Amino acid sequence: MFQVRFHGRGGQGVVTSAELLSVAAFLDGREAQAFPSFGSERMGAPVMAFCRVADVPIRVREPVAEPDAVVVADATLLHHVQLFAGLGEEGYALINSTRSWDELGLAEMTRRHFLERLTTIPATDIARRHTGRPLPNVCLLGGLAALTRVVSIDALDRAVRERFAGAVAEGNVAAARAAYDRIRSVLHA
Amino acid sequence: MTPAFLDPGSVEMTVQNVKFYQVGSRAVGNRLLDATLRTEQASPARRNALTSGHRACQGCGEALGARDVLDAAVRATEGKLVAVNATGCLEVFSTPYPESSWQLPWLHSLFANAPSVASGVAAALKAQGHDEIRVLAQGGDGGTVDIGLACLSGMFERNDDVLYVCYDNEAYMNTGVQRSGSTPPFARTATTEATGAEPGAPIGQGKDVPRIAMAHEIPYVATATVAELHDLEAKVERAMMMRGARYLHVLVPCPLGWGSAPADTVRLARLAQRSGLFPVFEASHGEVTEVLPIRGRVPIEEYLRPQRRYAHLFADPPRTELLARIQAIADRNVARYGLDEV
Amino acid sequence: MRRQLEGSRAIAEAVARCRPQVVPAYPITPQTHIVEAIGAMVRDGSLSGCEFMTVESEFAAMSAAIGASAAGARAYTATASQGLLYMTEALFNASGLGLPIVLTVANRAVGAPINIWNDHSDSMSLRDCGWVQLYAADNQAAVDLHVVAFALAEELSVPVMVCVDGFVLTHAFEPLDVPGQSAVDTFLPPYAPRQVLDVDDPVAIGAMVGPEAFTEVRYLSHYQLTQALTVFPQVCDGWGRPLSTVDAYRVDGAETVIVTLGSVSGTIKDVADEFGNVGVLTLTMFRPFPYAEVRKALGAAKRVVVVERAFAPGAGGIVSADVRTALAGTFAEVSTVVAGLGGRAVTKPALRRLVADAMSGWLGERLVFLDLRDELIEQQIERMRQRRASGPPRPGGAA
Repeated sequence: MFQVRFHGRGGQGVVTSAELLSVAAFLDGREAQAFPSFGSERMGAPVMAFCRVADVPIRVREPVAEPDAVVVADATLLHHVQLFAGLGEEGYALINSTRSWDELGLAEMTRRHFLERLTTIPATDIARRHTGRPLPNVCLLGGLAALTRVVSIDALDRAVRERFAGAVAEGNVAAARAAYDRIRSVLHA
Repeated sequence: MTPAFLDPGSVEMTVQNVKFYQVGSRAVGNRLLDATLRTEQASPARRNALTSGHRACQGCGEALGARDVLDAAVRATEGKLVAVNATGCLEVFSTPYPESSWQLPWLHSLFANAPSVASGVAAALKAQGHDEIRVLAQGGDGGTVDIGLACLSGMFERNDDVLYVCYDNEAYMNTGVQRSGSTPPFARTATTEATGAEPGAPIGQGKDVPRIAMAHEIPYVATATVAELHDLEAKVERAMMMRGARYLHVLVPCPLGWGSAPADTVRLARLAQRSGLFPVFEASHGEVTEVLPIRGRVPIEEYLRPQRRYAHLFADPPRTELLARIQAIADRNVARYGLDEV
Repeated sequence: MRRQLEGSRAIAEAVARCRPQVVPAYPITPQTHIVEAIGAMVRDGSLSGCEFMTVESEFAAMSAAIGASAAGARAYTATASQGLLYMTEALFNASGLGLPIVLTVANRAVGAPINIWNDHSDSMSLRDCGWVQLYAADNQAAVDLHVVAFALAEELSVPVMVCVDGFVLTHAFEPLDVPGQSAVDTFLPPYAPRQVLDVDDPVAIGAMVGPEAFTEVRYLSHYQLTQALTVFPQVCDGWGRPLSTVDAYRVDGAETVIVTLGSVSGTIKDVADEFGNVGVLTLTMFRPFPYAEVRKALGAAKRVVVVERAFAPGAGGIVSADVRTALAGTFAEVSTVVAGLGGRAVTKPALRRLVADAMSGWLGERLVFLDLRDELIEQQIERMRQRRASGPPRPGGAA
């Protein structure tokens, strides 16, 4: 079972991210479960969402306490929320930021984890370029697909097109692809 | 058209041909009118939607009002009528299991929810394609102006296809005469005893639900009393010609709660109207369209004196200052609705 | 065909396949997605012949459902928490009148303190309102239980409440098989009411019944409700899904069996697998209570641990009280574990500790609160002791 925890702020599409990831995994032929952190949060408040992907039906319903991957849609949460709680040394982490891991003051963490599994990506900028809107969530999923291979990029495209229509869908697909290609190229460099 | 009884050919020549001044009066003379002008109550074929044998008190205004209203509604809908009843006297005295006085499909659910239940019935009939079957909901003043007001307001604002009829006897009679939001100033009830400087129900409180109904801008709002049978039946008929949320507020004297003689029920209802304390009018989409003018206005004392709930106002010495405040309410109604016959 | 769907969406689609004719709706978290989706289906025409009413309260919602059902329409609504309590009076009325309304409860805590998260305080507080209560262990069960609920309700002319854990299930995306229209149409015939407001054959529904017949009326309601114990399995068979009044998982031969209901069942099964010799009995039907099935499943167990998402203040377990009655005369020790109140996560580590405590014999017949923050409780009890400020002085008490 592969477990992902999404962090962000209300309005950034964090819950949608978890849902889309689960749909993509399902389209890949796998079992998946996504659920939000069940808050009464308003726009801008810290929110969490979870996604589990497995090859057998998923029965467990507890929140993801020991994620295999953490996705952070808003780097300003770094000092407010225990973003990486429970993330193992082999875990993945993806932060939406124009800055590097070290520039974010996370150098300490890079010493304990697999370096190539920790990365940042300017998802808001990429999303704005492709969709005209600063919503990083789908773009981050593209990055996550590249980083972890938890879902295929094709399935992610399909999931996005099922959820959205027209220009919004195509813009987000392009943003996800851009993030995917960018991280694949870094990993293969 | 000449009424049949004025046709000289129909009158025995040995009988003196008296001029009937009451012709055209709404008060009496059903049998004096042409058959087509008679009330449903005068018809031998009337439905008796609320039939005899029920357990209402002698002189019950609500039983009278309910039969008048429902018979008129049954006639207007050609028998395609479903009634929904709030908890209260009417419900209790009409359906002591295993008996029922209702000769139409009738549903009682709870005290506060008759408007919502009726909305549900109307929705169900619509969903089943039975647009020809109409829905009438009814309750007392407690079930309408107090505990049921939220449901009533919801039914109004959605413009659900229901005629809601409130039989207003101005207190919780079913539970032993306690004050409701419809109890008039200085009336004695079991929870507003006739003691103190301002005995009876407080003045400056209470709700005017016909005007609240009008504020919802529903197609039809009307008030009536059990004294004006033609007026009451005409209003029910008019309401049943329309679709959407409609409201009819009927004053129904209660001998038990008002401390009045059972034989005085109709008289008191008429005096309530003629004193100006109970304005009788019609409104369409929030605007008053018709009023029943007062022919020969009477001082409020004439209406209040026969009711023991006001006995403390007529003690020795009488509470003239309180009576004056009630008179002021009547005067205000007359001015507001233009009730004086011109 | 399976699709990756939100629980609420799947429930709404399943309900729509049952062709409800009147759906009064009032919003309350976490139920709202269900009626929103039904409303959208009515608007876009995919659910035809249905009147969707936006009413002014849950009390009005259940009242409108009562009117609709009595007028011969298939009626459905959904609520949660305070909303369920707000419709309390109407719930008793619906069952008393024998109206086969189906209600989804997206289970949520009841305030004060106000809390929007999941537990079973709402539906458990209404366990005696005369409705069938079914609890969904997962969203697939929730989907199927709704279809089954309409058939069960109309077969017996009793109302059915389908309890689905708020957020945990209603807001979860998972692979779900929502039945197609023809499958539901084959299974569920149009609603044929036992008694209906009919202008051609008028009846008075809702008469006043005095002492001379009230007990008999109540007894007949009880009798009719308990018929669900036999009719529910038949209806489930007819629907062709593996649903039953109780779901016994590795119970045979298990010394320790955990009894629960709702979505925590899955997590508990995962933990039970880690131990071996630990079974899980999940109640799908709570009202009527399946005494015989519970006794049959648990009669041989040494220890029964009832994990409940609600409790009766001043008394203890609610489900466990019924389980104890079912097990009267056996040697099973029954403990009550109150877990996951107001959305507190029921985690695997906590459940592992619990099972270990049970197997060690420590749990016995205790009432325990899972993950209770003891230090906080003790501090507060001490503070209350010191600040006692009301009531008459007690001998030896603080001034």
